[in-house]
Amino acid sequence: MKAEVSDFSRRDYKYGFVTPSEQEEFPRGLSEEIVAMISERKEEPGWLLDFRIKSYRHWLTQKQPTWAKLKIAPIDYQGITYYSKPKVIDQELMDAFEKLGVPLQENKRLGNVAVDAVFDSVSIATTHQKELLSHGVIFCSISEAVKHYPDLVKKYLGSVVPYSDNFFATLNSAVFTDGSFCFIPKGVACPFDLSTYFRINAAKSGQFERTLIVAEAGSSVNYLEGCTAPARDENQLHAAVVELVALDRAEIRYSTIQNWYTGDEQGVGGVYNFVTKRGKCLGYRSKISWTQVEAGAAVTWKYPSCMLIGDESQGQFYSVALTNSKMQADTGTKMIHVGKRTKSLIVAKGISANEASNTYRGMVVMMPSANGARNFSQCDSMLIGAACAANTFPHIDVRNRNGTVEHEASTCRVNEEQLLYLQTRGISREMAVSMIINGFCKEVFKTLPLEFAVEAIKLIEVKLENSVG
Amino acid sequence: MLNVNDLSLVIKEGNIPLLKKLNLDIMPGEVHAIMGTNGSGKSTFAKCLIGHPDYQVTAGVLNYTYCGEVFDLNSLEVHERAHKGIFLAFQYPIEIPGVSNEIFLRESVNEVRKANGKITLDPYDFAKLVREKMKLLGIDESFLQREVNGGLSGGEKKKNEILQMLLLEPQLAILDESDSGLDIDALRMVAAGINHFRSPENAVILITHYQRLLNYVRPDFVHIMHEGAIIKSGGPELALQVEDAGYDWLTGVGV
Repeated sequence: MKAEVSDFSRRDYKYGFVTPSEQEEFPRGLSEEIVAMISERKEEPGWLLDFRIKSYRHWLTQKQPTWAKLKIAPIDYQGITYYSKPKVIDQELMDAFEKLGVPLQENKRLGNVAVDAVFDSVSIATTHQKELLSHGVIFCSISEAVKHYPDLVKKYLGSVVPYSDNFFATLNSAVFTDGSFCFIPKGVACPFDLSTYFRINAAKSGQFERTLIVAEAGSSVNYLEGCTAPARDENQLHAAVVELVALDRAEIRYSTIQNWYTGDEQGVGGVYNFVTKRGKCLGYRSKISWTQVEAGAAVTWKYPSCMLIGDESQGQFYSVALTNSKMQADTGTKMIHVGKRTKSLIVAKGISANEASNTYRGMVVMMPSANGARNFSQCDSMLIGAACAANTFPHIDVRNRNGTVEHEASTCRVNEEQLLYLQTRGISREMAVSMIINGFCKEVFKTLPLEFAVEAIKLIEVKLENSVG
Repeated sequence: MLNVNDLSLVIKEGNIPLLKKLNLDIMPGEVHAIMGTNGSGKSTFAKCLIGHPDYQVTAGVLNYTYCGEVFDLNSLEVHERAHKGIFLAFQYPIEIPGVSNEIFLRESVNEVRKANGKITLDPYDFAKLVREKMKLLGIDESFLQREVNGGLSGGEKKKNEILQMLLLEPQLAILDESDSGLDIDALRMVAAGINHFRSPENAVILITHYQRLLNYVRPDFVHIMHEGAIIKSGGPELALQVEDAGYDWLTGVGV
């Protein structure tokens, strides 16, 4: 009755379909000309072209970082298409999103969630815009924002993640195509949850998402992000930059369920996910909370972080990172305490099955100005099977005598005996696995909106099906 | 209720025979004690009854009657056997990290209830039920919020097994050395739990090394196992004889 180790193949990935779409594509490869073409195609103002060119030139001087605990085949940046757009946005495309569980048509769309749907390099639809605008909330693709709200974009773009931040963020700054822009004005609690759904469809293409969320004083917003890609034999590149800005007493909750294609059980194909996500708690008592469920991608390199600048501001990071088969994840967070009495909380859960590798990498910094700052970190790893690996690299840098930093870590293993024990109590094998996983992840799942939490639990269960043996 | 006829079994790894033509009949209302030396196959038999995946039945009959229907136990999955009232109190209960006793016990009770067409208990009704049973065994209130068998002493783990038996109300309870490692107070509590559980409808198999437990839970039958088979059966007096004279006179060793 023991299940064979790993049945984790593309047939379990129900989002692996390809949508036939006639694409307008730039030639493969990256050059200053390509960067200029992207800017031109998007009819961008000169300052943005300058930003891109400056980024591109800086990128040429950079090398892909090697410090992460990841084994990655060299990426051919000249073999990637940097701009790929469906020629017409037709019914088939709309249907593709409906198949993904994200209906975009007016009559079918989700009631309490506004959606921006990004297909390859472009946003194809954004729902609920009118209702949101009546509250003063701007929710549109970043391309539209550049056209209609250039001053806001200019003020905040690159203000959290500078163009020179790191290799992948610099690449993104040069070639980013689409993503979402959210602006919540002073004192407004956003009436809908905002969400973006990213889909990479085209072969040999990269997706360079750029998202910017600004919450003015006293405002609040819930933002959700979902991602999938077809099952392809080649690796696809996703290099995203997400910037959040929270002013006085503003609150941003950002949740991600990442389910990119992972590659097959031999490690062929899958998305390379290199993401720079950072939030700036600029205002007094502002709050940014990241929740991520990382269950896909062949390689994940991602550290959603908070810069706690305003006094008494708060940063939170809740993470479940699941790796199976040949998947690799090196993920964690950075909490930079600058303001007085700033607080941060880190809850990271890593699940590693079969031959996968899972690394938590975290950094907590207390600057000299951060009097009375506090951090608490908890990092737990769960191992399923004998050949997987879990690593934890916490980095703590305290430059202030009044700071409090706590770090707890644990490792546990799921085995056949535990499942058998639960089965002898009338609990089926599948239920036993989900009971153990849910127990392990519950602190993270409870921070997600309800429907998202249900989806996350299901996703983790599907990903671990038959891998406990 | 249970009809075991010439049962033979191997451990899958290495194909080593562990039970050889074992025979045992159990009727409702009976308590059977199984004694024997280490390695005589007592625990193997217990694990065989719950469907442990390490073992393979190679010959013989293993029939079990539930609600008037006879089942070949080999055809039932582990959790299905639990649904049909087979319960094993483990010799070494397993720790389940991250899962609280409350959730585990409630899910377990409700899964068994569901399988038997009964309505499931809501958290409130369940809490009432579990507290009543915990009181009987002298288990502290804080137990419910703790991880399943996490950080419990050997004695507390054994009590937890008895608690599960009282909650699930199985038809056939197999207690694998539930008395070992207990101090006298805990032993009395466990024995009180077993006696509370006994009824004309259910049956108990007590696997033990010692007469001690049998002073508190009086068996109807005592069986001596040796090399994978029952070599002698008798009444409670047989346990006393073994306590006095050891097993050698039965197994032929040293005679």
